[in-house]
Amino acid sequence: MLTILFDGVAYGMLMFVLAVGLSVTLGLMNFVNLAHGAFAMAGGYVTVVLMNRYGVPFLACLPLAFIAAALLGLVLERTLYRRLYERPHLDHVLFSIGIVFMAVAAVDWVMGSSQQNLRLPPWLSGRFDVFGVGVGRYRAFLIAVCGLLVITLELAVARTRFGSRLRAAVDDRRVARGLGIPVDTIFAATFAVGSGLAGLGGAMGAELLGLDPTFPLKFMIYFLIVVAVGGTSGLVGPFVAALLLGVADVAGKYYAPAFGAFAIYTVMIAILLLRPQGLFARPR
Amino acid sequence: MADAVDAATTGSAAARVGATLAAAHRPRRAEIVFWLLVFVAPLALPRHALLGNEIAILALFALSLDLILGYAGIVSLGHAAFFGVGAYTAGLFAKHVTGDPLAGLAVAAGAATLVGFATSFLVLRGTDLTRLMVTLGVALMLGEIANRAAGITGGADGLQGVAIAPLFGRFAFDLTGHTAFAYSLSVLFVLFLAARRLVHSPFGISLRAIRDNPLRAAAIGIPVNRRLVAVYTIAATYAGAAGALLAQTTQFVSLDALAFERSADVLLLVVIGGTGYLYGGFIGALVFKLAQEGFAGLTPQYWHFWVGLVLVVLVLIGRDRLHGAAARLLARAARATTRSPASGGAETR
Repeated sequence: MLTILFDGVAYGMLMFVLAVGLSVTLGLMNFVNLAHGAFAMAGGYVTVVLMNRYGVPFLACLPLAFIAAALLGLVLERTLYRRLYERPHLDHVLFSIGIVFMAVAAVDWVMGSSQQNLRLPPWLSGRFDVFGVGVGRYRAFLIAVCGLLVITLELAVARTRFGSRLRAAVDDRRVARGLGIPVDTIFAATFAVGSGLAGLGGAMGAELLGLDPTFPLKFMIYFLIVVAVGGTSGLVGPFVAALLLGVADVAGKYYAPAFGAFAIYTVMIAILLLRPQGLFARPR
Repeated sequence: MADAVDAATTGSAAARVGATLAAAHRPRRAEIVFWLLVFVAPLALPRHALLGNEIAILALFALSLDLILGYAGIVSLGHAAFFGVGAYTAGLFAKHVTGDPLAGLAVAAGAATLVGFATSFLVLRGTDLTRLMVTLGVALMLGEIANRAAGITGGADGLQGVAIAPLFGRFAFDLTGHTAFAYSLSVLFVLFLAARRLVHSPFGISLRAIRDNPLRAAAIGIPVNRRLVAVYTIAATYAGAAGALLAQTTQFVSLDALAFERSADVLLLVVIGGTGYLYGGFIGALVFKLAQEGFAGLTPQYWHFWVGLVLVVLVLIGRDRLHGAAARLLARAARATTRSPASGGAETR
């Protein structure tokens, strides 16, 4: 029971790190980026290649995955995404689905369609007991790292000058621009960091979630659930939504495996019907 | 028609509206030529009947999406839900009840109608994002059900043992696909006529008003929610019919009838052909299937890379610009060949 809760929390925290970039993209520029998972996949594959081919240690791979995905995000944002901000949502959807399809096929071509195995270092595999509760080492590691990230992000958004400018831009882009806040630059930086976090999440999640070329499609709905249920007006909403999703998914798979992901979709649709703006959004 | 024109010059506002609608509804010369060509196709290209059948089914599916996307402005990422419901219903009906194709088609379309009506209330609320999520969620949910209920649907192996009786007791669905092609084309034609009637009716006009500005449409007294429910349900019926055609003509149903790729592909081909203009889906379906035939020979599993590339390029160039250029070309061609008013694809929006 507690083990399930623990696994669920670990899973949920991972989901938060994966999806938080998307929630900012949607909240700030109102851009429906279905290709967010592609950046996560990039991070995962960077890690797998570095570890399995070049023997880079796992801990060193994580920042590299972050940097690789962030760079990829920055380049794509500056060259392609920024042209489309003012377009209707249909264009966003078509464009980002196109990116997903290309990413899936390209990775399939380069790396093959099989699932990638990530060999975790020995100190991260296995379990240990805490008061009779079996705790996976890797999951404990995930919770520690993701928890640190959450605190850092929250402090960065709430306490720094960059954070206050970002919040201003999310609340009202036009007024923020009128006050001389460089909204475009802020957005490029945020997009890069969000993509980087997705890449980091992909690297850490490669072992837990599985990594194959269909990753962006398989988890697209999960990221969207986190964002849509959590709302786009802060970090707390997506964080709670991600934890709920993680616990519900793990518990659902454990107690009622016959239903599969069915429960999650039902809960998502119900929440969206009751609170179309998300669980924690302020009504506008 | 003569009194309609009379009324337009002299009569009341209501009569003028009626005349305008009637004029829009009158079949154009290019349309008649188009349908004649379509019906000659099975005779002229007997060896490509199977491909033609697939194109006709895809065109019907695209027509269905165009009704809600092009006319009512609902962006759906899960339109395959209704296609899949239709396909599975037709397959199960043929397997367990009777193999009669027309009865199966009616039952499948009816089942999709019910599912469409039930889920239409989900798309009324919220923004584009909520709609995307809800439509995607419904399709994924149905896919998950079909996958888990393997005892009924065959799960990942697909539904096998579907046997369809000959059409009208005479024309068997054989491997050449001639019956299938003619059958699908006929269904497509009948449903197209109904859709054409629908979008040129006051109902269709009110849908476009809702698409362009829901608030203003509500202010002039259009019952926005009821109209959206109605059109969403009708679109589901069409998609269900398309799914039923696929299940009946291939005598097999698999999980990819409900797959996300199917929803995305149909969105792409409606956009390629142009939204809000019934023939857009047909053009898209034709281009899409022919391209797929061409590319599949070269790189079968990387087909979706090219689909993705087309999507990205299409959006970056701008859909409107592309269709505007095509419409201008068509108009110029029409002017060059005949003095009669330009007809054909000149009205993308």
